[in-house]
Amino acid sequence: MSNKVYVAGVGLTKVDEHWWTSLEYLMTEASLKALDDAGVNKVDSIYVGSMLSPVLQEQGHLGALLAEELGLSSVPAIGVEAASASGAAAVYAGAREIESGRANAVLVVGVDKMSDGLAEEVTAAMMIGERQEYVGFIGATFYSLNALIYRLYMDKYNIDQEKIALFPVLCHEHAVNAPHAQYPFKIKLETVLNSPYVAEPLRRFETTAIADGAAALVLVNEETGKKLDSPKTELVIEAATDYLTPFQREDPLWFPAVQLSTSKALERAKLGRQDIKILETFDATSIMAILSLESSGFSERGKAWRLLEKGELSLSGSLPCNTFGGLKARGHPIGATSVYQIAELHLQITRRAGKNQVDNAVAGLAQSLGGIASTAFTTILREV
Amino acid sequence: MVKMNSIVIVGYGGYVPRYRIRAEEIARVWGRDRSELPVEEKAVIGLDEDTVTMAVEAAKIALKRAGIPPSKIGAVHVGTESKPYAVKPSGTIVAEAIGAVPRITAADFEFACKAGTEALQFITSLVDAGRIEYGLAIGADTAQGRPGDALEFTAACGAAALIIGKNKSEGVAEIEACTSYVTDTPDFWRREYERYPHHTARFTGDPAYFHHIVNSVKALLENDGYTLNDIDYAVFHQPNVRFPLVAARLLGIDLEKVKPGMVAGSIGNTYAACSLLGLVKVLDQAKPGERILVASFGSGAGSDSYIIRVLEGIESKRGLAPTLDKFIERKTYIDYAVYAKHRRKILM
Repeated sequence: MSNKVYVAGVGLTKVDEHWWTSLEYLMTEASLKALDDAGVNKVDSIYVGSMLSPVLQEQGHLGALLAEELGLSSVPAIGVEAASASGAAAVYAGAREIESGRANAVLVVGVDKMSDGLAEEVTAAMMIGERQEYVGFIGATFYSLNALIYRLYMDKYNIDQEKIALFPVLCHEHAVNAPHAQYPFKIKLETVLNSPYVAEPLRRFETTAIADGAAALVLVNEETGKKLDSPKTELVIEAATDYLTPFQREDPLWFPAVQLSTSKALERAKLGRQDIKILETFDATSIMAILSLESSGFSERGKAWRLLEKGELSLSGSLPCNTFGGLKARGHPIGATSVYQIAELHLQITRRAGKNQVDNAVAGLAQSLGGIASTAFTTILREV
Repeated sequence: MVKMNSIVIVGYGGYVPRYRIRAEEIARVWGRDRSELPVEEKAVIGLDEDTVTMAVEAAKIALKRAGIPPSKIGAVHVGTESKPYAVKPSGTIVAEAIGAVPRITAADFEFACKAGTEALQFITSLVDAGRIEYGLAIGADTAQGRPGDALEFTAACGAAALIIGKNKSEGVAEIEACTSYVTDTPDFWRREYERYPHHTARFTGDPAYFHHIVNSVKALLENDGYTLNDIDYAVFHQPNVRFPLVAARLLGIDLEKVKPGMVAGSIGNTYAACSLLGLVKVLDQAKPGERILVASFGSGAGSDSYIIRVLEGIESKRGLAPTLDKFIERKTYIDYAVYAKHRRKILM
């Protein structure tokens, strides 16, 4: 029986174009906030998730770098990479270390600073999560691959774009009161549908923008948790992988890694889908959110749009989704994003979500995807 | 902050070349989305024009309004980033062409899009110090945009000239105060031997354009005791039609005060000429007693801002030469192929 893992503190920087600060500063700021929130000043190890920093900042070795910035040099500290799920991969590593009994407290940080690159450099950097030899070299981008899937989806289920394009509208609605959100304002469906194509049919407002941010968690074991006054949640994380290229899969409209990691996480948490009261889905594009909802079993296939249309995913709905704006409106600083997702679940479950507080937020689930669900992490947080 | 001691604009002139290319035409050629074009169209030089010829045109108009003999001009300084010669001043050619030589200082200033107002800083200082009676400050550019780059939609051609003196009775407007705000911010640059500039996309927004303009204007207003109510017109550098309006919003300036000086929508971003052409457009319509705020922006980066009060002399001098609108409305549309020829983009 493995040790339980608790989230004892979270720290977030505002997601923004942080022109005046550096990658190091962002991850240090988030870390200090998380350590303060937990009420600890030392940890047994540090894991830092980042996808783009080796390319955009030409900076690797983030583990030792962060330890130095925090004055924690000598603590084991390791950088972790799993494309856009790098943050969740860091959480996975930290959680496993606590479960194994080798650590009492671990600092987990996700960070990326996209504004240091030009749009074309960022677009190219994003492709390090794909298979360069077969896909990258033909000039495909993350968004063009999404566009192909989007077309397939609309054709297969005979669904109009306006049904799917409701997802970013929902996200922006939820970001309005999120202090750390990049775009805290509402948008209309027409705004989404009239925005320029990024890759037809995918429109600009169905994708995310250049974003900088860092998020941090302090994970502790049960014994350490009992000594801390900070509000805590229990964390379970599972992962699965799949072919890097969705078009090599049997069905590009089904994310087996999402299905598998969700089932494993629910099973380990001994929860059913009905017990999950809030959901953080990975809306790197609108279509990815839709497919994640379906692959994780929270919607029937081809019908996720109905949840949107009926308002089930709103803050007052039956399954509030992306309660601080999701990737679209809170922002998607790639390697940091999944740590934001988990931190936001923690804020909800510990009743610190401010105006976005969901009443019965006793358990929540975050889906964090690397590439087009080539890696899927599912994290469940529950009340303790 | 610099308090000016009775520094007046005695003559002003703007020049815009005849040719226009629509932003839609550029978008057509490069397969760009046409829904979000930064300007409507931009001004393009003719085959026999360059920065110097445009500077001369603007200077001649300014001279007409000034009504002074060109030999009384003691300094000719041209701000530009598109000098026809890498080594040899544009100022000497302009001075010779208008008959201001030989008892002058002449040199070119380079500070990206604020080179024109930088020349103005220098000329006003010379006049203020009593070193010269009149001086000519020019902003002129045939701005470069790499084919297919975002800058190509806006990089345009134009020139503006101001003749500065000290005698209020000759003036069309008085420059009451000025300041400058400069940092090392590499948002846009062109290295030696390069044909086209590099830029850093969104970085040129908040940390560059907005940061420098907002700080320059705030310093000017606060230190010289002006309030926004004292300002009747606000002219900002116009890299596109959106940025000046956002700058106004950030400073709390009514957009209606910005619109009269907007020129970029119809002629593009004329770089070193841009904010001065906005000033020229406002002088073409302002009434005596009204105050104009001018804030330039130059990449690299900095912003000069000025408070200018319109004098009675505007009424009699405005009509002595064509207004800027005459040049803006005088236009011949060209397609991309002719544009490529005029801008020497076809290299054999």
